[in-house]
Amino acid sequence: MTTPTAKTPNSYRTGPDEHGHFGIFGGRFVAETLMPLILELEAAYNEAKADPAFQAELADLSAHYAGRPSPLYFAERLTAHFGGAKIYFKRDELNHTGSHKINNCLGQILLAKRMGKTRIIAETGAGQHGVAVATVAARFGLPCTIFMGATDVERQKPNVFRMKLLGAEVRPVTAGRGTLKDAMNEALRDWVANVDDTFYIIGTAAGPHPYPAMVRDFQSVIGQEAKQQILEREGRLPDVLVACIGGGSNAIGLFHPFLDDLDVDIYGVEAGGRGLDVKNGHAASLNGGRPGVLHGNRTYLLQDEEGQILEGHSISAGLDYPGIGPEHAWLKESGRVSYVSATDQEALEAFQLCTKLEGIIPALEPAHALAYAGKIAPGLPKQAIIVMNMCGRGDKDIFAVADHLGMEI
Amino acid sequence: MSEADLQTRIAEKFQALKAAGRPALVTFITAGDPDLATSLEIMKALPEAGADVIELGMPFSDPMADGPAIQAASQRALAAGQTMAKTLQMVREFRATDNDTPVVLMGYYNPIYVYPAEQFVKDAKAAGVDGLIVVDVPPEADDELCIPAMRAGLNFIRLATPTTDDLRLPAVLQNTSGFLYYVSIAGITGTQAPVKERVHRHVARIKQQTDMPIAVGFGIKTGAQARELASGADGIVVGSALVNAIAESLTENGQAGPRTVANVKAIVAELSEALTNGASH
Ligand SMILES: Cc1ncc(COP(=O)(O)O)c(C=O)c1O
Repeated sequence: MTTPTAKTPNSYRTGPDEHGHFGIFGGRFVAETLMPLILELEAAYNEAKADPAFQAELADLSAHYAGRPSPLYFAERLTAHFGGAKIYFKRDELNHTGSHKINNCLGQILLAKRMGKTRIIAETGAGQHGVAVATVAARFGLPCTIFMGATDVERQKPNVFRMKLLGAEVRPVTAGRGTLKDAMNEALRDWVANVDDTFYIIGTAAGPHPYPAMVRDFQSVIGQEAKQQILEREGRLPDVLVACIGGGSNAIGLFHPFLDDLDVDIYGVEAGGRGLDVKNGHAASLNGGRPGVLHGNRTYLLQDEEGQILEGHSISAGLDYPGIGPEHAWLKESGRVSYVSATDQEALEAFQLCTKLEGIIPALEPAHALAYAGKIAPGLPKQAIIVMNMCGRGDKDIFAVADHLGMEI
Repeated sequence: MSEADLQTRIAEKFQALKAAGRPALVTFITAGDPDLATSLEIMKALPEAGADVIELGMPFSDPMADGPAIQAASQRALAAGQTMAKTLQMVREFRATDNDTPVVLMGYYNPIYVYPAEQFVKDAKAAGVDGLIVVDVPPEADDELCIPAMRAGLNFIRLATPTTDDLRLPAVLQNTSGFLYYVSIAGITGTQAPVKERVHRHVARIKQQTDMPIAVGFGIKTGAQARELASGADGIVVGSALVNAIAESLTENGQAGPRTVANVKAIVAELSEALTNGASH
């Protein structure tokens, strides 16, 4: 038999293996204190996943609390503007709390409850995940502590206030440089010190196994709905999927149900910041980083020659994470998904364009995805279909945008 | 002889101390804190002050298992330009005058992974390192670092914690050699104080499964604490207290001060004295 390489797997949807590996990526690189906890979490998640009662409760909350399914919207005027492929938005910005983050938080809080945990912790960057966690914690009556870099607390005041209104304790993290990765370090430290009662709701498809797979599963509702909706609407699958990439949760949620539909081209859009050639001026882990180990998994990281982690930069606080979920690292190496980038400037332009032409104020994160969709749409035939994940709304970003445009609010 | 039995300065030291009826004082400092020259001076002063084993921290930007004191030490070292090459060079220079005190490098995986690991274990051994403690590489990933380290002749020292139950303990012990590091609290370095009775219970429980020496660490600050926690164990690890002594001695602009080395020596001497006297009572 001549199978020289196992490069093209039979399916792109079978990962991870039992140790949490996607190819060489993923795994469980955590301190011993946490090891028994994540093994327990994995067992509890596997049980819950197979339990129809758990799935039914999640589906009910998704429908009546979060507002799913989110619509699939034909962005007619943007389509006309770009003059090529039809652009559809998967409108997860309409979810309760304003982004896709709620999909994952509902799943994890149900799991926390099932495991008998009585305290919730989480990290947040822009505050979208923090708000979603504070929301579900309020809904289920559990106390929660949100770790947020001190720099981000300053930058994202409205979300900080929202979390406080929802009853969360927001703990500013001054360690390191006070941004998202430092908040995640601090959440892990808290977890190590509160192993008995605490559940850590990680906000993206990263961290030690089983988080990347679990977060993906909870976010896959995006892609499952999108697939059904586009089939109903157009009678066929899309030609292209586009989503922005921070840690990768909204993207993997849209992509995963389509990974084995090989005629669908898939693009993940990283934050190009001031440009990929600017040292530490972007947050494009896949395009401008190298494999390494951080926060419990092996993946692409922004790091220097010594293996010290860099902060990265993006106009969007939700994208400036120096890592990326391990499944994306594997999808990049296997060639199934193309990872590209959009700069701060391109995202700002897309933000304004979308607002003016569609009456939808996007978050700066999906504005990156739209910027890239706008680049490829003109080169595609008019009957081609692009589905883009509009994973968050831009209310949180109006101050940052005003600042960049030199406008007074 | 299996690889796990490999004899380094660590095994010799623990055997000698056992014969002398005294627990080992394992001291932690971060390489390059507050600067390379001062750090080397501190390292050289440690054995004379009473340290039996030296743990040398490899600074990392994201020390997830460490409290504020060691986080700050890492940042001071990195700000002063510490690199892995400089850390290994430090060990080499230390070995020029001390061929007896075991040196264990402690840190996180990423700087080793990018070195890369296979080369790192060889270079570390050649520099005079005896063992490695890498916080975020669990037994499940032994193939990556633990096995290559053993092949290179380095002890791979693992942490057991209050959450490591009897079911999991054999996996933790399996490829561990030199000594086992018992983490006295569920938590990070330099924060809560351990509860003596609880530590004794856990150490006794682990002793039923291994003959390896056990050193107890995390949260030990004073001689009295060290003495209490050492009973039933084979050694005590002190880190944050030394690192704090460095921090408190720095000048206003964060440079080494006139008492930086002396401060560390004083606290090590106090700890050593407590352990020595405690053992003879
Ligand atoms: C609206 C929105 N989109 C995207 C992200 C990035 O996360 P991920 O890549 O996990 O979807 C965030 C994170 O805060 C966000 O708020």
